[in-house]
Amino acid sequence: MRALWHPSRVHAPVVLALRSLVKRFDDVVAVNGIDLEVRAGECFGLLGPNGAGKTTTIEILEGLATPTSGEVEVLGLRWDRDAARIRARIGVQLQETVLQALLTVRETLALFASFYERVRPLEDVIADVDLGDKAKARVGTLSGGQKQRLAIACALVSDPEVLFLDEPTTGLDPGARRSLWDVISRYKARGRTVVLTTHYMEEAERLCDRIAIVDRGRVAAAGTPAELVAQVGGEEVVELVAEPPVPEPVLAGVVGVVSCRCDEAGARLVVSGIARTLPAILEAVARAGSRPVRLATRHATLEDVFLSVTGRTFEQAEAPAKAAGAPR
Amino acid sequence: MSAPDPKFVRPPSELRQLWLSRLRAFVREPGVIFWVFGFPLVMSVVLGLAFREKGPERFPVVVVEEGAGTGALGKALRASPLLAVTDAPLPAATASLARAEALVLVRAGATRPELSYDPTRPGAEAAAALVRLSLLPPPAEGAPPTVDTVPVTTRGRRYIDFLIPGLLGIGLLGGGIWGVGYEIVSMRVKRLLKRFVATPMSRPAFLASFAIHRLTVAAAEATFLLLFARLVFDVRLQGSLLDVVLLSLLGALSFSGLGLLVACRARNMETANGLMNVATLPMWLLSGVFFAATNFPSWMRPVVKALPLTALNDALRAVINDGASILSCGAEVGVLAAWGLVSFVLALRLFRWQ
Repeated sequence: MRALWHPSRVHAPVVLALRSLVKRFDDVVAVNGIDLEVRAGECFGLLGPNGAGKTTTIEILEGLATPTSGEVEVLGLRWDRDAARIRARIGVQLQETVLQALLTVRETLALFASFYERVRPLEDVIADVDLGDKAKARVGTLSGGQKQRLAIACALVSDPEVLFLDEPTTGLDPGARRSLWDVISRYKARGRTVVLTTHYMEEAERLCDRIAIVDRGRVAAAGTPAELVAQVGGEEVVELVAEPPVPEPVLAGVVGVVSCRCDEAGARLVVSGIARTLPAILEAVARAGSRPVRLATRHATLEDVFLSVTGRTFEQAEAPAKAAGAPR
Repeated sequence: MSAPDPKFVRPPSELRQLWLSRLRAFVREPGVIFWVFGFPLVMSVVLGLAFREKGPERFPVVVVEEGAGTGALGKALRASPLLAVTDAPLPAATASLARAEALVLVRAGATRPELSYDPTRPGAEAAAALVRLSLLPPPAEGAPPTVDTVPVTTRGRRYIDFLIPGLLGIGLLGGGIWGVGYEIVSMRVKRLLKRFVATPMSRPAFLASFAIHRLTVAAAEATFLLLFARLVFDVRLQGSLLDVVLLSLLGALSFSGLGLLVACRARNMETANGLMNVATLPMWLLSGVFFAATNFPSWMRPVVKALPLTALNDALRAVINDGASILSCGAEVGVLAAWGLVSFVLALRLFRWQ
């Protein structure tokens, strides 16, 4: 389903560029030196835990926040000189916007349409986000997923060249999430550029051609999902709980194990050549006088990438951000 | 790679869409409709009934029951249509005076009648004068009257006549402060303002849509309340309806500016609510809504006069009750326009879009 990252895109024009971006709030550094380039036609994902600086970064691109320092270029224009021209050519969906509950779907879309010079027929846009049968329903009566699709319709009504989505599926159930992914994929299929933030690995893998993993205001790693997963060094992950626990050096010493992390929850091993390595691991467990209680293998995911580049799991990274109430 | 461009259409008019969205949200919110149209009616009915005219006022006096002179004294006083006379023994009569159930206490006295009253109590001096008048010997037969009397019926002088323009005034104030201010802060809290700012929306058009919406509703408010007052209380409009509507529109604009100013920085509803109460409460009390502002001591008058609601109420009363023209209300119009202009300009400079 995901459009393949084609090498020819490397020569597509740069649509968005961030250079040495820094954003400081009173006592928090939200963005601490980010460089990014997004090319025409690609879907670019900013992936990271809450509080990593994703929203600040995307709001600077949208012209809603001004950077403390660094350069921002959108469609070859700059916010300080060409704000009106940029706004006419981009579409934005913000985290947590509450549309007016008493207006209908169509009325809401007509309002947003009135801000632009030229727009797509409202019926087409409503059909694009699968709200055809809800056109006359009041916004207040829509489900969470429908409200979010309407928010995206408001961003699509001017047929923007770049679409910015800030955590588009946060809080939605899996069905609503998939239907929103379809909407985004259809827009992308028309050759348009998308920038989205997410803290869902699956969403990033599913929608994005390229991903930047953002942690503590910096880009920890960037590339296509395949490139990032390759950075982990192996293709498979083995999760093992043994009784009694096997010492980490024993597991790390097995041929084919690329890396190993042990904690109270068990061991997590990144391996290559699973067919040969797994029997070797089980043999090492038996030699150490343990027996496996739980054993699972899976493909390496962006979650493993996050762990390998930041040294923390995603959950660990989110916990302190929530406790400190850092701005997103 | 890219699909054919979708067809494009001309967008709907921006100002019209912004205004329509205001109007739709307004008419679809039953609570708001009640505050704008129902509340003044309820106030006018409740206050109109409580203070309805009961014919000429009668002053309560008490005659002390003691000795032979009491009967003649009571008889002479009861002849006056303006006195409500009761008889009571001395302790009860004194208590009645103390509780202000009677304004004057009358005793037969050793040689001539004796009056007791507290002159600082409202109406006590007048009641005492009436008592003295009733006890004078009747004028001699055939003596010429000292004054001639020409009976007239004045209009626009009942309490309800006074009240209706005041209710229209606070209705317009509330509409400006809550209708504009509350709405804007709630849009800021819901991140809707931020979402609008991310589009090429014209910011002046956005703010103008609030003023246009208030003008629409103000004209309806004024007409509706005047019609109700006419049908239920027979409150007659002495001046022209056009002048009332023009004043209402000016008031609505001025208070929209104030609402905008109150809302221009507030980040949450709690702050906004506090600011709106600070803006409206003093005017509710000082601007002569329920009783005449002239009751305040003279050093407060310039302050009271400078309030926009006082100006609006005074001008509305001049047109509705006295039949004046809007042209003779230059000072009031000036005060309203100045408040509106200053608050609009300040609000625009201070406005927080995100």
